[in-house]
Amino acid sequence: MRTVAVVGASLAGLSAARALRNRGFDGQLIVIGEEPHRPYDRPPLSKEFLAGKIGEADLVLERDGEDLAAEWLFGTRAVRLDREQRAVRLADGREVRADGIVIATGAAARNLPGADGLAGVHTLRTLDDARALRDDLALGGRLVVIGGGFIGAEVASTAYALGLDVTIVEAAPTPLAGPLGEAMGRIVSALHADHGVRLLCGVGVKGLSGGPRVSAVLLDDGRTVPADTVVVGVGARPCVEWLEGSGVALDDGVTCGADGRTSLAGVVAVGDCASWYDPRAGAHRRVEHWTGARERPDTAVATLLSWGTAEQGVPRPPYFWSDQYGVRVQFAGHAAGADSVTIEEGTPEDRDVLAVYRRAGRPVAVLGMNKPREFMRWRKQLAVSPS
Amino acid sequence: MIPACRLADLPRGEAHRLDIDPPVSVFHTDDGEIFAIDDTCTHQDASLADGWLEGCEVECPLHASKFDLRTGAVDAPPAKLPVRTHEVVVQDGMIYVKPSTEAPNLPPCIAARLAGGPA
Repeated sequence: MRTVAVVGASLAGLSAARALRNRGFDGQLIVIGEEPHRPYDRPPLSKEFLAGKIGEADLVLERDGEDLAAEWLFGTRAVRLDREQRAVRLADGREVRADGIVIATGAAARNLPGADGLAGVHTLRTLDDARALRDDLALGGRLVVIGGGFIGAEVASTAYALGLDVTIVEAAPTPLAGPLGEAMGRIVSALHADHGVRLLCGVGVKGLSGGPRVSAVLLDDGRTVPADTVVVGVGARPCVEWLEGSGVALDDGVTCGADGRTSLAGVVAVGDCASWYDPRAGAHRRVEHWTGARERPDTAVATLLSWGTAEQGVPRPPYFWSDQYGVRVQFAGHAAGADSVTIEEGTPEDRDVLAVYRRAGRPVAVLGMNKPREFMRWRKQLAVSPS
Repeated sequence: MIPACRLADLPRGEAHRLDIDPPVSVFHTDDGEIFAIDDTCTHQDASLADGWLEGCEVECPLHASKFDLRTGAVDAPPAKLPVRTHEVVVQDGMIYVKPSTEAPNLPPCIAARLAGGPA
């Protein structure tokens, strides 16, 4: 393999480029990024960066003096993959030919229909999004967050600390029920009420009003919530449109084996756009976690460089964290398959909890709130459990 | 030299934190080697003694930065700065640490607190 193109220059793309060099690939390495920025860290965008506690220099993912001997093409989007030519076509008309291709194009924030065009309405995914939202939060006033998931909850927590009046609108009866299950979703989202942040659940959003700046969020039940700034945090969709017709199998993102291989030889996929086969679950899962974007590229690169003959290790259970109102929330595993959840340590009232999810008596997931040490013990146990 | 703990009290795969300022952690690897590094992750306030020890690497329990116990170097982000390493001496079944005289790389929140600013 003489040339490898990595399409995507965020954590997954950078991790793939690093893995290529670490594994001895000394050919031409081209990294293509849609954003104009060098690789940066996204988790702080809803937390310390949004709060103004850290600056852009703190987000840089590359180390001082790190040189991967790569050719970086920033500010240009991949628009097509040509399997015959083994070429990636770019929006600016250029074409990158490569023997090996790593797909790492990530995901994009979903928006509400009709949300475009009103000032003060934001999604949060990129550095540019975070800059714009930070400027609006600095104006103070009333913030309405649409969506009580992790991004929404973290933005609410940050805005609360900045002194804004915050309301969260969540369509489901309980926020975070998908990733954490009903019971624990209720406990974690109780953090909002602890801090005087209003949480309206089980009600959808009909629309936004105002002009040129947003002035209110209109709810399905007829209520109107006044707003100076609105954040739409309703999830993300994988950025894979550019692969349509390429022969790369797509379902919810790029369909991959447990080693990152796609349906095309010499093409692997990593990060938020990739739906890897999860042998523990016996199903494909698209995992939008930072840790997956960092860990899986090494496996995928081993697959790529060996043309699929590398032996893969047993992947760790997925892990993510969230920081809200000074509480460290940590989660590992899959809540979906659990038939029971028990609190092993701490009490929900103190927001100080270690909860274990089990299926047929075997642990399949663990949740910690301000319990890093105990959480790590369980997380390690999950990794060796044959669930 | 600071006495850390008895070798017999630190099984392989475990870590022991010394509550000095800044705290230092002693790791006993699965291969039987002993290393000491600063306990606080250079990215954010987290105790590496609570981390995931694998080979000669420890992974931060919070954000999964990885540090090489032998050199203190960052093996995986989000941390960018290395942790200090400290010399370890084992004498008569006791583990001692000789603290490094270099300046530590503490995370911004801790560095600010030490400087008297807001945490």
